[in-house]
Amino acid sequence: MSVDGGPEYPATTDLAEVATGGVALVDEPIAFDVEAIRGDFPILERTVDGAPLVYLDSANSSQKPRVVVEAIEDHYLNHNANVARAMHLLGAEATEAFEDSRAQLARFIGANRSEEVVFTKNASEALNLCAYTLGTSIRPGDEIVISVMEHHSNIVPWQLLAQRSGAVLRWFDVTSEGRLDLDKAVAEGLINERTKIISVTYVSNVLGTVNPISQIAALGHAVGATVVVDASQAVPQLAVDFAALGADLVAFTGHKMVGPTGIGVLWGRYELLAALPPFLGGGEMIEIVTMEGSTYAPPPHRFEAGTPPIAQAVGLGAAAQYLSAIGMDQISDHEHDITAYALQGLRTLPGLTILGPDEAVDRGGAVSFTLAAPDGQPIHPHDVSHLLDSRGIAVRAGHHCARPLHERFGVQSSTRASFYLYTTYAEIDALIDGLDYTRSFFGGLR
Amino acid sequence: MKVEDLYQEIILDHYRTKHHSGLRQPYDAEVRHVNPTCGDEVLLRVRLDGDTVTDVSYEAMGCSISQASTSVMSDLVIGNDIAYDLDLYEEFLTMMQSKGQIEPDEERLEDGIAFAGVAKFPARVKCALIGWSAFRDAVLRAQSGPKASVVKEMEQ
Repeated sequence: MSVDGGPEYPATTDLAEVATGGVALVDEPIAFDVEAIRGDFPILERTVDGAPLVYLDSANSSQKPRVVVEAIEDHYLNHNANVARAMHLLGAEATEAFEDSRAQLARFIGANRSEEVVFTKNASEALNLCAYTLGTSIRPGDEIVISVMEHHSNIVPWQLLAQRSGAVLRWFDVTSEGRLDLDKAVAEGLINERTKIISVTYVSNVLGTVNPISQIAALGHAVGATVVVDASQAVPQLAVDFAALGADLVAFTGHKMVGPTGIGVLWGRYELLAALPPFLGGGEMIEIVTMEGSTYAPPPHRFEAGTPPIAQAVGLGAAAQYLSAIGMDQISDHEHDITAYALQGLRTLPGLTILGPDEAVDRGGAVSFTLAAPDGQPIHPHDVSHLLDSRGIAVRAGHHCARPLHERFGVQSSTRASFYLYTTYAEIDALIDGLDYTRSFFGGLR
Repeated sequence: MKVEDLYQEIILDHYRTKHHSGLRQPYDAEVRHVNPTCGDEVLLRVRLDGDTVTDVSYEAMGCSISQASTSVMSDLVIGNDIAYDLDLYEEFLTMMQSKGQIEPDEERLEDGIAFAGVAKFPARVKCALIGWSAFRDAVLRAQSGPKASVVKEMEQ
């Protein structure tokens, strides 16, 4: 697809194919039109000191289309009540809306049944839920395997579990290109009969790398390990099919997929969820409570103690519907084209080093890089992002909650530009111009 | 406010050529301060002689604002009475927390007044303060007894 007269690209692996056979969408896809899509996101009309806002921080949090905000507004203004316990009209409407959203999410991610969708407050809580519940059967000497490219939310819960249980935490290294180093893992026997849990990211939030989840899951299942996946960066931009992915538990968040903040999802194979103990205790997650003890509700409610994020679930359901109507395959194609164009542009800038794959192959729409001034001095990402911000360009600067990965690449921090369905070629051009200006500014050449 | 006003020539000059940079012996206290949100770090040593700050040496990595501010700070505090320097710290802190409302005293803060503009950018105030907080912490530790070496995270 060519938008804004964008250039032709060499044939590369399509992201949708990487997603282990995209889910078939029931909606007939409409032609992908970035300008029409941008019309759905009022915030993109903002200007910064007269310059148009260029929002390149969607891997951090995506913007929201009007339909999502309106769905939340309509819920609060017309249907608001608590779910599953209010026995009146509004309670019934709220419960129906909440459970309908669960069903929409189940369809969106390719779950076999909607009871496999657990609502949490974010992806971090979903991963902590995994670490806590799986952790009850972890013994000293057992091994938990993660990777060096994980977000802190997929590192710290497992460190805590290892400390609690006496288990050993190990990790996949990455190649210099930013791919998981599977050869090294095999050579050092990373996955073995002591491995009880493997938890890795589907798509790196820093490098953009798309990991071979099905292959890793097969390695894990061969030794009887449970395979957990952090799909926070995958679900927004790939057509996913969790039932076919091979993983056992998958976490993602709502706010990166044009949904609201305050809600995340844990998907799990039903039989596994049904075998897991509760996480948080409280209302909604119980069957019968006596002062001597309680029995617990079946999944998903067993894991949803207390009043859940109801309006957020409604908003997230609307988000899934919105993305499905456009078509995840088309969104994925657009993301691929934009990323290829950005990589091409970034490669023309002297002093710029891309962290991770510099070709748009098996790669998502987040590009992190370091930048040096013409005199060779590195320009700190804070300074880069501040200069870009003054031109209305929003990027992220820092370690992006992946400090070990930065350490692995020998850099303290990086600047990250990330793209989404509403990103245009003109915005990439603005980024490249802004970076060029930043180089001259700090090189004393302005 | 334009970003070019933030990055004044004084700041860029100090950033390109940091004054008093590098770790030196002898010292009475050493502290490491980090900003966990961006990873900026400063390892800083102070040498006291009675009530006088005779040396400040440091190794720092971070953005231009944090580097330049640490450089300016070292220029300002070396050779002074401890009490005078701690007052200077308070003055700089007040300026940085003023959101740009305070007219700084150039007689006392010298090149430090270039950071008045930074005070208008809340996200960058911590950058300008990291070296100063490390200095104050090191002085207090040097005064309070045997050679100290500590790591401290700036408050979020």
